[in-house]
Amino acid sequence: MLKTLLSGDNPRSKVLSLVLLAVVISLALAPFLFPGTKSLETAARICIFIVLVASYDLLLGYAGIVSFAHTMFFGIGAYGTALALSATGPTFLSILWGTGAGVVIAAAFALAIGLFSLRVKAIFFAMVTLAVASAFAIAVSQASWLTGGEDGLNYRIPRELTPAFKLLPDKVFGVRINGKLLNYYLVFFSSAILFIVMLRIVNSPFGRTLQAVRDNAFRAEAIGYRVIWYRTTATVLSAVMAALAGSLLAIWLRYTGPATTLSMEIMIDILLMVVIGGMGTMYGAILGATIFILAQTYLQNLMGVAADATSFVPFISHLVEPERWLLWLGVLFILSVYFFPSGIVGRLREMKS
Amino acid sequence: MKEPLLTLSGVHTHIGPYHILQGVDLVVPKGGVSVLLGRNGAGKTTTLRTIMGLWQASEGTILFEGQDITKLPTPEISRAGIAFVPEDMGIFTDLTVAENMTLAAARGPLDPDRLEWIKTLFPPIRTFWESSAGTLSGGQKQMLSVARAIIEPRKLILIDEPTKGLAPAIIKAMSDALLELKETDTTILLVEQNFSMASAVGDTVSVMDDGHIVHAGEMAELAGDARMQERLMGLSLEAHQ
Amino acid sequence: MSDTTIKPRIEKAPVLERITTALPIALVPVLAVLGFVAIGDPAAWLTLTVAGLAMGLMIFIMASGLTVVFGLMDVINFGHGAFISVGAFVGFSILIWLGGWTASSSVFLNLAAVFLAILVSMVATGLMGYAFERVIVMPVYGQHLKQILVTMGGLIVAQQLIHVFWGPDEIHVARPESLRGSIVIGEAAIEKYRLVAVGIGVALFLAMRHVLKSTKIGLLVRAGVENGEMVEALGYRIRRLFLIVFMVGSALAGLGGVMWGLYQETITAHMGSEIMVLVFIVVIIGGLGSVEGCFIGALLVGLLSNYTAFLAPKVALVSTIALMVIILMWRPQGLYPVVKAK
Ligand SMILES: Nc1ncnc2c1ncn2[C@@H]1O[C@H](COP(=O)(O)OP(=O)(O)OP(=O)(O)O)[C@@H](O)[C@H]1O
Ligand SMILES: [Mg+2]
Repeated sequence: MLKTLLSGDNPRSKVLSLVLLAVVISLALAPFLFPGTKSLETAARICIFIVLVASYDLLLGYAGIVSFAHTMFFGIGAYGTALALSATGPTFLSILWGTGAGVVIAAAFALAIGLFSLRVKAIFFAMVTLAVASAFAIAVSQASWLTGGEDGLNYRIPRELTPAFKLLPDKVFGVRINGKLLNYYLVFFSSAILFIVMLRIVNSPFGRTLQAVRDNAFRAEAIGYRVIWYRTTATVLSAVMAALAGSLLAIWLRYTGPATTLSMEIMIDILLMVVIGGMGTMYGAILGATIFILAQTYLQNLMGVAADATSFVPFISHLVEPERWLLWLGVLFILSVYFFPSGIVGRLREMKS
Repeated sequence: MKEPLLTLSGVHTHIGPYHILQGVDLVVPKGGVSVLLGRNGAGKTTTLRTIMGLWQASEGTILFEGQDITKLPTPEISRAGIAFVPEDMGIFTDLTVAENMTLAAARGPLDPDRLEWIKTLFPPIRTFWESSAGTLSGGQKQMLSVARAIIEPRKLILIDEPTKGLAPAIIKAMSDALLELKETDTTILLVEQNFSMASAVGDTVSVMDDGHIVHAGEMAELAGDARMQERLMGLSLEAHQ
Repeated sequence: MSDTTIKPRIEKAPVLERITTALPIALVPVLAVLGFVAIGDPAAWLTLTVAGLAMGLMIFIMASGLTVVFGLMDVINFGHGAFISVGAFVGFSILIWLGGWTASSSVFLNLAAVFLAILVSMVATGLMGYAFERVIVMPVYGQHLKQILVTMGGLIVAQQLIHVFWGPDEIHVARPESLRGSIVIGEAAIEKYRLVAVGIGVALFLAMRHVLKSTKIGLLVRAGVENGEMVEALGYRIRRLFLIVFMVGSALAGLGGVMWGLYQETITAHMGSEIMVLVFIVVIIGGLGSVEGCFIGALLVGLLSNYTAFLAPKVALVSTIALMVIILMWRPQGLYPVVKAK
């Protein structure tokens, strides 16, 4: 049963299985294990980013394509849902059509960019997506009549998903059973399903061909595979998944703005998560997103302590300031690309053998 | 036998996942023309590229004048005195003929006397001196490619199928040029499919098949022995036509 | 070799072909004319055109190194923007340090300060290019995916280091006295600094052309772009050539950074990665590896950005993307696709 669920793609390492199990259980029981708004926010963010990072891994790890437009698709999904909720009121129907529209637009964009620039070279695609995504982010922040510009959009979501909606009168294990909790589980289960679907995709014949294309495009073409078709399909699938993750974020946050969806910082975060977790492994997305977001939320405090402790050494204290954590991540990132391109997951799998 | 200039012993070359050269043993004696024959895909080009360091041998050694050049980078191999005329001629089409020749003189300015000799050897070099090399015909490009290889004195020249796709008149011209070159102090390792040309210029011959050397000996011996030709060349003709 | 069969046969390229090769060059004046028609006001048009040329030439300075580096070794440096930012910060530090010179009313002192700032920042970014190539790029030659990732990582680290050295805030520096203000031609006011930028840009383009066409190192670069293996087989160490080109490209990015900084009078650590968007568009439009294409692409992008910024401010960047799309539909490999033997 579990094997079918994972499409036969097991973690293949005891330690990895245990860690993954711990993460999944923690996320599943997060409201009960770690009560408090901040931890629930963190848990929901982790769920959403697992989907987002896994969908990026589909493209980067499995198809060998570097895109800098992933946040654009994420943003399209989020803005689709956000605009629908603002326009047609806080109903589930709004969510449905907004998400649908977001997905369709994201897919259309991905198809256009893919057909347009995957023909030439992978490097070309990376450059084109970088340019297009930047232009898109600027266009969104300038179209304030529609998108609220830099301030973004605040909107209401269906009452059933807000704290105001009470399911049970009493707390269970000290936790209020309300709409917020429902909202969290909506995010959790949707993310779980999306992740399993992606696991299925990469282990399907399509996914295997995709990897063959990644390893030797020339040969795959010679055998008769339409390389461009596979690459474009991967781009579209990954964009659709990113858009769905964006919708989840829009529902969860009740806010959508450029900074939370479209910014280059998020794009870089995704890159870091996928590479540090492990490219081309899917499970790397779970580890990468979890570790990164936990670190982002909690490690920075630690660095603050370190900076205070070293404040008498002027230069060192600059290096360990909480704002400088990206410096260390960047170094870690470069080192992992050189020395463990299959990231933490790859390392854990090697440890076994 | 004359002393060897270049010796390959047990050379293996992999290109990506493919194992192309599977233990090549080849001796090129000093002076004269050594010919390397073999059917399409036998590994002749791969052998020349491996000597030149453009592909790394994964096993075996390549000795040039007693010096191990197996692991040397291409520029060092070139500086050791080996020139290369690749199968695709490797002309810089964006540059003029003059500029191609200037670059080929890597160790200093063009030597006017030598250039004059080359221009007599290959008249189109003179005619098209200032033209863009991209506008040359196939035969002219081939001459330019050989001319580049000999603009400075070299000990060994590797030439990959200089007559490919050329008209008989130009093949004749090319083989005359090689014969003249032979008179200088240069050794030539020539890959050639055209047997009449090969036997006209060649002194020794090696035949390759499937990444191995399957025959090595004097050219005269092979040229005079129809049965051996049949056995070795039949191989090459059947795949060739 | 007696040879009667080969007659001089210098073919004139067919007329149509010659026109299509020349066509991209004509795009710049065409765009300028279109801009004139759309804007209608000659004075505003002149101001915008000079501004556009200045911007285009600054982008060209920053983009040229990137495109040659790509042509030569098939390396695309996503961290190129780091050199732009670092160049700007180093240059501004010098200008602040020479505050007395820039505030003085002597043209000579003003220009000396700018010259020194440019010089120091070019040396600094050139050296940084050396380190970048050795540490970041060299281990991943020939592996595009890793190259993109690693150079991106290099960019992150470099931007963070700017914060460490210069603090988290943006820096303002006023332009030296003599580079402030405008010249009035008819009714059009043209900022002096933009004219200076145009001058530097054009001079640099001419110098670069000269080097590429008439020096041995330039010949080697052009030959290497077409067929690097053959350059090596002739006995040249192409890696060393590449390192030199990489350093020069980095130094030019640094120069561009100083010039851009003086233009905006404000610099931030991520200015480089913002400009890189334009740089990529320009390099794509021109054809990866082509210096001429890069030059034309830069002028087109500069002019178009300024015209649209005047006509419809909100669509400036989107218009350059549209330009890129149109050009790629016309020529999928850019204006001047680089021939690669291989
Ligand atoms: N870049 C490459 N990648 C994969 N395989 C290659 C590559 N180059 C050559 N090969 C293979 O190596 C084998 C030997 O090729 P090589 O070019 O050395 O043959 P050759 O003897 O020169 O043939 P020809 O007479 O056709 O020039 C062939 O089977 C060829 O398919
Ligand atoms: Mg061959």
